[in-house]
Amino acid sequence: MYDKHTKDKQFEPRIVAFFCNWCTYTAADLAGTARMTYSPNVRVIRIMCSGRLDPQFVLAALREGADGVLIGGCHPGDCHYQEGNYKALRRFTLLRRVLKDLGIEEERIRLAWIAASEGDKVQKTINEITESVRKLGPLKLERRGLLQAEPTILDTVDAAVSAPGGVS
Amino acid sequence: MSKPKVAFYWCASCGGCEEAVVDLAEDILKFVEAVDIVFWPVALDFKRSDVEAMGDGSIAVAFINGAVRNSEQHEMVDLLRRKSQLVIAFGSCAHLGGIPGLANLHCRQAVLDEVYHNVPSVTNPDRTEPMERFEAPQGTLTLPLLWDTVKTLNQVIDVDYYLPGCPPPVKLIADAVSAVLSGQLPEKGSVLAPDIALCEECPRRDTKPEKPALKEFKRPHETTIDPEKCLLAQGLLCLGPVTRKGCDGVCTKANMPCTGCMGPTSHVSDYGAKALSAVASIVDSNDESEIAAILDQIVDPTGTFYRYSLPASLLHRAWRPATDGGRRL
Repeated sequence: MYDKHTKDKQFEPRIVAFFCNWCTYTAADLAGTARMTYSPNVRVIRIMCSGRLDPQFVLAALREGADGVLIGGCHPGDCHYQEGNYKALRRFTLLRRVLKDLGIEEERIRLAWIAASEGDKVQKTINEITESVRKLGPLKLERRGLLQAEPTILDTVDAAVSAPGGVS
Repeated sequence: MSKPKVAFYWCASCGGCEEAVVDLAEDILKFVEAVDIVFWPVALDFKRSDVEAMGDGSIAVAFINGAVRNSEQHEMVDLLRRKSQLVIAFGSCAHLGGIPGLANLHCRQAVLDEVYHNVPSVTNPDRTEPMERFEAPQGTLTLPLLWDTVKTLNQVIDVDYYLPGCPPPVKLIADAVSAVLSGQLPEKGSVLAPDIALCEECPRRDTKPEKPALKEFKRPHETTIDPEKCLLAQGLLCLGPVTRKGCDGVCTKANMPCTGCMGPTSHVSDYGAKALSAVASIVDSNDESEIAAILDQIVDPTGTFYRYSLPASLLHRAWRPATDGGRRL
């Protein structure tokens, strides 16, 4: 378990990744079967299309303990549902402006086009966002300051994963 | 049998909600006949000590408007919560934080700097600012402490029902009052308004395109608005598709786009994010730089989409360093 509140360990960022079922998630699978290694800081959530990514999901991830959010979708023109990835791009463009006003650095949120064959790009993108978020440090968020005693959902997930017999 | 006791109170608000009660017009006489108003600072001369003297739970319903942003408001809503069986958050500010909630984009000191020093019409050579305590020859003077963060009513006390709107529409107020008087109230925590988007009751509904697509966003003063046609289709940032109905489309009927004061329907947890999502998705371009250029026409997206709801949003406020010697006020 990564404990970002403990000073004697290196800060390990927690990244929530929303991957499109048809391209990026398949690419992550490919990276796995090809035994490529990448930073273990990412928690992948599979969605059917990057166009399904409601901006509320990004805010909820940040609120619940993520230090960064990665969105993976099909390359322009390749969307399984024709134009879901364009919608994701439009929403992402506007969301980033709003997040900036709320004091959240642009580097914490990233949108990447990764095709099903690009396992190496999954590896590279995850490593990149992990490093850039590591440099920024933990996300500074009011709610976490207010409710310090209350674990976030990601704290709970991490505790379950690291418990004896937990899922790995 | 004695009449049910009713209280009205205001916190960080503009007074428009008080006006909305008066807007009940002749119906207010029926209301006054049916209830006993025991506290209403804007209209009646009852004091805080009168409320303190009442038994706990002796007020049937307290209508509280305004966001909560200082220690006095906190004390008063705590007091009213204790004395009242039902608390209804009245209006956008109590419900979602409202316009005062936009202060959550800044910190307390930035707000004080703006109001007491930077506003062009202010002359304040001594740099006077409100103080919590001041020792005057006549004795100690105190003022409530202004908080760093503006809060919705339900972030401070337990709230039973919500009347949305800036101000709440008269019809919804009248319906809420009769529901309280007859005891026919919905599930606790409900918003006392229809749970469906404004487009459904908008008179321009039939002109709304199946799939709106925009290359240009216009502000109302930049264009001549067609009084019949869907405002969104005309390039105006109308938030009707993501805003709860119940206002009878007063703004769209008056040729102005919806700004979202009624807040989201029950299916949405963050109004601003949902509004942003709806607006961005109708941008008519698939090219990255053209999308950015079109969206750049939205001058202040955060202020536009979170106009009434920043304190109620998932992130609550913009992050800022602790002020005042490390205290977060």
